Amino acid sequence: MAVDMSVTFGTRTLPNPVMTASGCAANGRELHRFFDVSKLGAFVTKTVMMDPRSGRGTPRMAETASGMLNSIGLQGPGIHAFVEQDLPWLKSVGARVLVSIAGNTAGEFADVARVLAASDAFDCVVGVEVNISCPNVANRGLVFACDPLASGKVIALVREQLPRDVPMFAKLTPDVTDIVAIAGAAVKSGATGLTMINTLLGMVIDTDRLRPHLGGITGGLSGPSIRPVAVRALWQVTAAMREGRFQTVPLLGVGGVRTGRDALELIAAGATGVQVGTATFNDPMAPQRVLTELEALAESHGVDRITDLVGVAHDRMVIP
Amino acid sequence: MSASRESGVVQVQGEVIATRRVGAYHHLTIVAPGVAELAKPGQFAALAVGGVTTGNLLRRSFSIHKVSPSGTYGGTLDLVIAAKGAGTEWLAALRAHDAVDVVAPLGRAFPLPTEPVPCVLVGGGYGSAPLFWLAELLRERGCTVEMVLGAASEDRLFGVVEARRAADHVTVTTDDGSAGVKGWVSDVLPEVFERTGAPVAYACGPMGMLQSVTRVASEHGAVAQVAVEEAMACGVGVCMTCVMPVRDKAGVTKMVRSCVEGPVFRGDRVRWEAFHDGVCGVPEDAVGAPRVGGH
Repeated sequence: MAVDMSVTFGTRTLPNPVMTASGCAANGRELHRFFDVSKLGAFVTKTVMMDPRSGRGTPRMAETASGMLNSIGLQGPGIHAFVEQDLPWLKSVGARVLVSIAGNTAGEFADVARVLAASDAFDCVVGVEVNISCPNVANRGLVFACDPLASGKVIALVREQLPRDVPMFAKLTPDVTDIVAIAGAAVKSGATGLTMINTLLGMVIDTDRLRPHLGGITGGLSGPSIRPVAVRALWQVTAAMREGRFQTVPLLGVGGVRTGRDALELIAAGATGVQVGTATFNDPMAPQRVLTELEALAESHGVDRITDLVGVAHDRMVIP
Repeated sequence: MSASRESGVVQVQGEVIATRRVGAYHHLTIVAPGVAELAKPGQFAALAVGGVTTGNLLRRSFSIHKVSPSGTYGGTLDLVIAAKGAGTEWLAALRAHDAVDVVAPLGRAFPLPTEPVPCVLVGGGYGSAPLFWLAELLRERGCTVEMVLGAASEDRLFGVVEARRAADHVTVTTDDGSAGVKGWVSDVLPEVFERTGAPVAYACGPMGMLQSVTRVASEHGAVAQVAVEEAMACGVGVCMTCVMPVRDKAGVTKMVRSCVEGPVFRGDRVRWEAFHDGVCGVPEDAVGAPRVGGH
């Protein structure tokens, strides 16, 4: 019998748990040439801020062992162009959309959320992903997600701008001493769920020219090489929620998913949804392929529902 | 595993049917059904490298040398590769019957003139790969084709013999004088424009060469259509790594993706002054450029 792949986040039920990852799928048109983006559980858009942004110069990218480093600089059209052009297109093809937003200040996050919530195509939005892994201009560029107070403030301000039934996910960076503390702050401030993980800060030196490879000097590391870090973060936060350290919320796993097996690994660690990011650069069909492979794997494990596998590894530890 | 034909691009498991060394390069012929019917000169193919479990995740992009819609083996695609890193070395080591994942055709093709005019085609190194196919199409339209091929040395020229067949006149330059005229293509281009009166130039090669072709073309009242070779991770428009500053029709500069808005741009719209020694900055007047105290 076919496995029930549906997953629920607050008031929204998605037909399956597989999504694109923000910044790895543009805003849909490009991948729709390869597969129908409405078949995914959700389409996660590239992070949008208030104003248009050029992003950084080049080189923006370096290939690394089983991954890549990127330094794009949040290039984007700004929220007004996004709600006028990109969101209506996603709605027109029937996509369920998780919109990734960011701001230079906590107030800008709220402003972006307000414009989004007031837009005509907002009914295709199944949630908002708050990308708090970006620099806070008001605090010397310290990343919001490295500070529980700043993270909580952004989440609380965005929550006020969104209808209560719209799920809101905080996207966390693994570049912190204690990700559980940041997760707890986000949940206590009103996050419906958490997305883990964003890229890890890294650097590559060009050994021909003996200078930093990226124009932006440092960049975000992504790809299969970081998957164990994602599994660890999902595991730690799931364990903390199971211990009752804060309210249990759904998690979206992201980091190095290339196959259905990889997606299942994140689910077993505690993720309810799974995002496919850098693998899409290797294979533009990757999100759809991961879904097909995940469904077959879930069936081979003999479960009725994919949700039966969420966090299952926590219950299967062998203690000698 | 193939995208719909209406989308203008296919992803196919290709099969290598021939490989040969050409000077410093490798010439691959790949059976890739569906590509030939869609492809136009100037477009490119993005190849996955290393097999399905490879640690080299990023696709390698190559301008399409030529296509054949139907032969003994089905539609084929020809690419020219310079082995200079882990991915291109893997591709260069492919043998007949090996599999390679191909996404093609991608990007904007060279726009063709509507009138039968003289055209100058300029190739730097293996950047000449798409020009012979382009020359054929131009001559079918009654254009005369003048070709200029330049490289650092003779072994880095590609297609000199093919050029003599595909073009009405060919000039070769090498930096070291090992073949043709010693010097750069920009040294011989003024005479070519003066002699032919060509209103359009097509060029593919390194950034510095494209900039100089654009400059010489402008000095002679010609438009340069240049195909850029930017580093790309995906080739399909989702990674945002292959951007460069280009003016739109209204003169507004934006950081645009060379994989979807390019790889062919009008040379006079590219902000060449932003490129320095392998790095490209964001011009201050570009849309959304970083502000002081901002990002």
